Amino acid sequence: MTRTAQQWCPALAPALMLRHDAVRGTDLLVLPERVVVLEGHGGMVVGLCDGTRTVPGIVGELAERFPGAPVATTVPAFLDSLRQEGWLT
Amino acid sequence: MTTPVNPGSVVAPAPPWALLAELTHACPLHCPYCSNPLELARRSAELSTDEWTDVLRQAGELGVVHTHLSGGEPLLRPDLERIVAAAEAAGIYTQLVTSGTGLDEARLAALTGAGLRSVQLSVQHADPGANDRIAGRPAAFAAKERAAALVRRAGIPLGLNVVLHRDNLDAVDAVVELGLAWGADRIELANAQFYGWGLLNRTALLPTRDQLARARETVERRREELAGRIDLVWVVPDYFDGVAKPCMGGWGAVSLTVAPDGTVLPCPAAASLPDLDPPNVRDHRLAWIWQRSPAFNRFRGTDWMTGPCRGCPRQEEDFGGCRCQAFALTGDAARTDPACALSPDHHLVREPADGDRPEAPPYVYRRPGAVPAPAPAPAPAPTVLTTDGPKGRN
Repeated sequence: MTRTAQQWCPALAPALMLRHDAVRGTDLLVLPERVVVLEGHGGMVVGLCDGTRTVPGIVGELAERFPGAPVATTVPAFLDSLRQEGWLT
Repeated sequence: MTTPVNPGSVVAPAPPWALLAELTHACPLHCPYCSNPLELARRSAELSTDEWTDVLRQAGELGVVHTHLSGGEPLLRPDLERIVAAAEAAGIYTQLVTSGTGLDEARLAALTGAGLRSVQLSVQHADPGANDRIAGRPAAFAAKERAAALVRRAGIPLGLNVVLHRDNLDAVDAVVELGLAWGADRIELANAQFYGWGLLNRTALLPTRDQLARARETVERRREELAGRIDLVWVVPDYFDGVAKPCMGGWGAVSLTVAPDGTVLPCPAAASLPDLDPPNVRDHRLAWIWQRSPAFNRFRGTDWMTGPCRGCPRQEEDFGGCRCQAFALTGDAARTDPACALSPDHHLVREPADGDRPEAPPYVYRRPGAVPAPAPAPAPAPTVLTTDGPKGRN
């Protein structure tokens, strides 16, 4: 991870809505023209993107909650893919 | 018509994602391709604030997560802020679909304060004079320009929607430039659909194949150049491609439309189907309407399909195309959409698409009373809708 990536504090892009969908039992990102279904723990990870936590900070919190899960590799890649879509800034 | 759903095998359909709320059919613009029905709902018949609040609450419970607050011109509803707040309270993401006329700073602040998330602004042309001629309203363009600046300043996403046709396809590059200049995040370039008002004005609006090919090339080039800066969406011209569009993502599959008077439809054009008998939120719960009403089950799934759609490998991709177009052109809503090259009725779109272009007649602008109301059944439908092909069994 580059130094910039270490310092990145991801936040939801303006106008996106992160919400739980009780009808479908899943978390969603709702955009002006689109709905993205966040599978598994995706919604929880995005929920930590409040603009104050760094990526290593988020990874650390998740590692504590899910000992043994490969969060150190999967979470930064997941966040990066959301940034490339323009959903995280 | 056979019953599409076998009562022995009814399974609750997947919940709807989106709701198009036509809050009013009143509109300061008179665009000749308007997606509202020819018979516009009267203002006195419109749902009240409390009724919309209840509809949105029911929609949220049913699984709707996204609503387009549209019209007509939704800004003509003085209670729009309260409707936005009701959607927000129901957990539903709101997008305002507006002509821009009537939007000022105070109104936009009230709307965003109530929870409005994004705005889609209609544009008829990049040239102000041409825009106002198509819209049938002087100074409509200037209102749009002001509205775009206000939305930008408010910091919420701005999309432009542009219906493309003979009189603006050659200006598609200028439309993209306009979107960039106005700071749009997205431009939806939607080729005109020909039913309702669009069909009435088809001779004036139908482009040539050359025009379309040039515009398509321009959009592809600009999309590549502008990747990451602006989202360019091209909605296909189904008369020309020989492929039916997957209308609404399938009948009763993804979204529902609530008309100003509370009529609930699987798509905004479905009011034109004469024997649909669409349900109304004033009579039924939205859940019953979505899951159980005959209207929403009529063309759901694939059992209702006829002709080349039966057994077609594409039937789960295009869902047989557009029911309203099938009805408008053949008189039978259950036939394969004539836009499909496999349809026995394909000549009904191919001939006008490839035929000579007569001098364009003047537009029949969308206004209440512009078209005589259809006579009650069993009298024939208005002439304008039946000149295109053989009458089906309806």
